[in-house]
Amino acid sequence: MTRYLLQRIGFMLITLFIIVTATFFLMQLLPGTPFTNPEKLTDSQLTILNAKYGLDQPVAMQYIQYIGNLLQGDLGYSFQHEGRTVTSMISGRIGPSAFIGLQALVIGAIMGLLLGIVSALKHNSILDYGSVTLAVLGMSIPSFVFAALLQYYVGVKLGWLPVALWEGYSSTLLPSIALSVTVTATVARFIRSEMLEVIGQDYIITARAKGLKENQVMVKHVIRNALIPVVTMLGPLAVSIMTGTLVIEKIFAVPGLGEQFTLSILVLDYSVIMGITIFYSALFIFVVFVVDIIYSLLDPRINYKGGAA
Amino acid sequence: MWRDRKTQIFMVMIAFVLFLAGCNFNSSDSSNEESGGSEEDAGQVLNISTTADIPTLDSTKAHDGIAFTVLNNVNEGLYRQDENHEPIEALVTEHTENEDKTVHTFTLRDSNWTNGEPVTAQDFEYAWKRVMKDASPYSFMFVTAGIKNAEAIMNEEMDAEELGVKAIDEKTLEVTLEAANPLFQSLMTFPTFLPQNQKFVEEQGDQYALEAENILFNGPFTLVDWTHDQGWKYEKNEDYWDADTVKLDAINAYVVKDPAAGINLYETNKVDRIVLSSEAVDQNKDDENFETILEPEVFFLRFNHNHPVLGNENIRKAVNMAIDKESLTEVILKDGSTALNGVVPKGFFKSPAGEDFRDLNGDFNTGTVEEAQKLWEQGLKETGVTDVTVSINIADSEDHKKVAEYIQAQLKDNLPGFNLDIKAVPFAQRLEIEKAIEYDLSLSSWGPDYSDPMTYLDMWLEGGSANRMDYSNEKIQELVASARTETDLEKRYQMLLDIEKVLLEEDAAIAPLYQGGTAVLMRSKIKNLLVHPTGASFSYKWVTIEE
Repeated sequence: MTRYLLQRIGFMLITLFIIVTATFFLMQLLPGTPFTNPEKLTDSQLTILNAKYGLDQPVAMQYIQYIGNLLQGDLGYSFQHEGRTVTSMISGRIGPSAFIGLQALVIGAIMGLLLGIVSALKHNSILDYGSVTLAVLGMSIPSFVFAALLQYYVGVKLGWLPVALWEGYSSTLLPSIALSVTVTATVARFIRSEMLEVIGQDYIITARAKGLKENQVMVKHVIRNALIPVVTMLGPLAVSIMTGTLVIEKIFAVPGLGEQFTLSILVLDYSVIMGITIFYSALFIFVVFVVDIIYSLLDPRINYKGGAA
Repeated sequence: MWRDRKTQIFMVMIAFVLFLAGCNFNSSDSSNEESGGSEEDAGQVLNISTTADIPTLDSTKAHDGIAFTVLNNVNEGLYRQDENHEPIEALVTEHTENEDKTVHTFTLRDSNWTNGEPVTAQDFEYAWKRVMKDASPYSFMFVTAGIKNAEAIMNEEMDAEELGVKAIDEKTLEVTLEAANPLFQSLMTFPTFLPQNQKFVEEQGDQYALEAENILFNGPFTLVDWTHDQGWKYEKNEDYWDADTVKLDAINAYVVKDPAAGINLYETNKVDRIVLSSEAVDQNKDDENFETILEPEVFFLRFNHNHPVLGNENIRKAVNMAIDKESLTEVILKDGSTALNGVVPKGFFKSPAGEDFRDLNGDFNTGTVEEAQKLWEQGLKETGVTDVTVSINIADSEDHKKVAEYIQAQLKDNLPGFNLDIKAVPFAQRLEIEKAIEYDLSLSSWGPDYSDPMTYLDMWLEGGSANRMDYSNEKIQELVASARTETDLEKRYQMLLDIEKVLLEEDAAIAPLYQGGTAVLMRSKIKNLLVHPTGASFSYKWVTIEE
């Protein structure tokens, strides 16, 4: 197991290195400069600024320098926000993104599980059709449409929850609910089809033949086995929801990271683009790793001895 | 076993959630509760929305309207803009100049920073040299102001210490100019010229101005709470020298990027003023609090003057006339923009006698489609072609595309044989293509750097960095040069009017399209909120709330 883990960590670092390298060079292909106020910059000013930030050097040199700083944990300074470090920008913004993301994940997972289990248990009933319809709607309507509807009806018309802004727990609810719709739908559909498949397996017949109560069969055998693919999907879903909440963050004026990422690309803030890319990739790689570990906890058939033990 | 593990994972997640819950929103909680609905007992409180965080609060490095607005309201420089955007004395009590108007001496009033230290002439000298030392984004303002050696310092031929500014004593500041500059005082309202307390700046080091507590104030308000990307709060500065004039107790600024969310916040009374997107204008234009505000940004077509056909003056005039600009702003854009038939926008720049620049110079190159066609025929004859296919260089934004498609249709319909291809590229690339003059037509815009028509006129100098179309006219060279040093304001204004005439009447060098506008909803209880065309966008000093 230890050897397997070390191997995995090695691969994770290599992956990250490749991502950093590719992003760095691709980014250089974008036209323009990272400096503010490009419309008014004169050529001589541009030369001075390039020299000041080391952008006059060959790209390969810049790359070596960047990797050197990165190894010391230095992500550099933002071009747009004079004097602010990229690290402080990420750490200041990841909290809200992660919070509404995780909350959406929890709401979505619980709702999805309930819907999925109910429709699998009551297969081909009205309840089943109802939840399948809900799931299809949830998958196909983009979350920002829900967001706009929630904001208008719950926020403005009913006045139950804050319309937008980031002021205390109540303002996290609407963005989380809007985000959770996709999760609910995805999880419900997965659970339903997996459970239906598991119910048809031989070991379920065995469990019933052993004389287990129906409840026990469902909880211990059917649901547990149906959860495995859900975990696979939940990992990447968690990352995409924690990071890819750009539109929701914008609609509810949440000071999150997704919004900052797009902005930094638009204004070519080199160091911020790199910083957030590294952060996202590391997060993604880590979550995939964690999902693999959780697998082995859920399913005893999977083990990672790597054939060496 | 499995159950236990699952519980463990669940507990870890819960712990993480609780940890996050503790970390972010507490800071703004307390300050915002009071601002919400209880306007009656909260006194004079203004709630505004803004589209982005403050990039930096360091006045020597600030480069955008949001930072300029904050700095303008928490600091005080030599002069401040009044309701006509004219300079009025702020820290200055007395101003004298030498005979050729190149040496200006300012006497400063007694006033304090929020840490109790006096604001001195050294604070100005220090801050100004700091701008030049760091090659800050707005260091070119010192060249525009004509301050001695600024240009040489910018080109790294001289040290920043040589800048023409000197503190004679604590309360006397002497500024030396390269030549007399009629715009000098007006430019001094710009936030780049604000003072800084050297001791404090050096104490703070690289933390300076990163947070509200790392900066000193000497203006009408102080910044008491700045939560990055969420908003900030101003409170009245009781130590401000003119505190009696300031009626507002507090201002809450919220960062709201989505225009639809802005409307919802406005409807729930969370904010008092919002900017509407063009989609929202139709729905709200009958609201009693709806208004459109003219903006000083101008939109126009650049022509490549080296192009065999577009280089012809009659062709350019025909293009100018063939586009119906009123329909463009009223049917296509609908965002408060207005048609423009000059390069200097309407409503911001008055002559010494008080007349608007646009009214004085009138409209250029307007005419019927028939007149346009006549010029077009003539131009084709002169260039020896029967039709022309050119492309237009635009940024790939919604607005640019809408405008380009409209122009494409107008030119095709009104000028037989004119084919226009649209080339949409990212904003930064549009600019590079323009600077390299690798286009036929380019959809451009220009915002003013300071409150004077010259900011739209000296860009057409031969070889200037904003010319970008290889255009040149000897008359413009001469007029700009004389206007820069002419201290008789009447004469100078006539020169400015003449520059525009040469540019448009004689040469039709560009095709002006429209002047930007903003559609806003603002509660009528807000009075005296000043909106400025350059530098800081707003002044809150004189705002009152009348219930």
